[in-house]
Amino acid sequence: MKTFKANYGYLIAGVLFGIIFVKAEIISWFRIQEMFRLESIHMYGVIGTAVVTGMVSVFLIKKFKLKALNGEAIVLKPKKFHRGVIIGGFLFGIGWTFTGACPGPLYVQIGSGYTVILVTLISALSGVWIYGWWKEREIAGEIKKGTGTLAPRLKQQK
Amino acid sequence: MLELLQRPWPWYLAGFMIGLLVPALLLLGNKKFGISSSFRDICAACVPAGLSFFKYDWRDNLWNIFFLTGAIIGGFIAQTWMQNPAPVAINPETTAALQDLGIQDFTGLLPSDIFTWENLFSLKGLIFFVIGGFLVGFGTRYAGGCTSGHTIMGLADLQWPSLVASMCFMAGGFFSAHLLLPNILKWLN
Repeated sequence: MKTFKANYGYLIAGVLFGIIFVKAEIISWFRIQEMFRLESIHMYGVIGTAVVTGMVSVFLIKKFKLKALNGEAIVLKPKKFHRGVIIGGFLFGIGWTFTGACPGPLYVQIGSGYTVILVTLISALSGVWIYGWWKEREIAGEIKKGTGTLAPRLKQQK
Repeated sequence: MLELLQRPWPWYLAGFMIGLLVPALLLLGNKKFGISSSFRDICAACVPAGLSFFKYDWRDNLWNIFFLTGAIIGGFIAQTWMQNPAPVAINPETTAALQDLGIQDFTGLLPSDIFTWENLFSLKGLIFFVIGGFLVGFGTRYAGGCTSGHTIMGLADLQWPSLVASMCFMAGGFFSAHLLLPNILKWLN
C-alpha cells in the first residue's frame, strides 16, 4: 500500500501534463501540421522552452547532488546509439504527422473526448508488441549463428 | 475568470511547465520523463506472450500507469471545464493548405473529416489510426524513446543519441508533411 500512496504524486503530475497539453494545443493535429510546414513558432517554442528548462534543472540536480524524496539517488543512464535511433525515429516522425500525436498526446486526446484515438493507441501498442516479437526472432537467429550480442543488450535496456 | 480559464496558453508558459516535469519526476522518485515506455509496460502487463522484450516486472514501473491515467484525466478536465470555444489559431496559410487537401472542419483539436468512429473501417481509418498508430508505437520503441524521453529528457541530459533521434523525428515529419500526407489526402478525396 505504501508504494500505492507514493504513486499519487505521479498521478497529479500526469493530470498537470494532460491539462498543459490541451491548453497549449499540443494535442492538436493542426498544430502538428503547422509545425512541420514551418508555418509557426508555437510547437518549436514549446519544445525548445521545455528542453532548456529541463537542461537547467538536470544541471542543478547534478551540481547539488540532489536526492529524490524517497531517498533514492538520482541517476541518469546514458542513452545508447544504434541504427534504430535513426530508422525508428524517422518512422515515428511519419506517424506523428498522421496521428497528430506523439505517445503522450495519444492519452490526452482520448481523455479530451476523442475516443476513436483508442484505436490509434491499440495500434501503437501492437507496434511495440511487433517490435518485441521481431527482436525475439533476431535473438533466435543470432543464437543459431552463435553470435549472441543482442540478448544481453535487450536485457540492459530496462 | 471563465475567459481566463478558456484562453489557450502561450508556448513559453507551456514549455516551461513541461520542462519542470523533468525535475519533478526525478525529485519525486528518480523517474525519467518518457511516455513511450508505458506502451512497453502495457504490453508486458497484458500480452507478454513469452517474448523476452516483455519479460520483466512491469509493476516496477507502476508510476508510469499512474502518470498516464493522470494524463487522461487532465485531458478530460481541460476539455470539460477549460475548453477554448474558438478554433485553434493556426497560421492561415496552414488552414488554406489543409483546405486545399480537403480538410473542412477546423473547430476542434482534431479534424472530424478524419478522426471519427464512422471512418474507422474506411481507408482513412486504416491510414490515420491503424498505420499512423503503428508507426508511432513501433518507431518510438525502435528508437528507444519519443519526444518526451529523447527530445526533452535526453537533450536535457545532453545525450547525443537523443539529438540524433530528435533530428530523425523531425526528418520523418518533414518528409511526411510535405510529400506523403498531401498525396494521401489528395488521393483519398
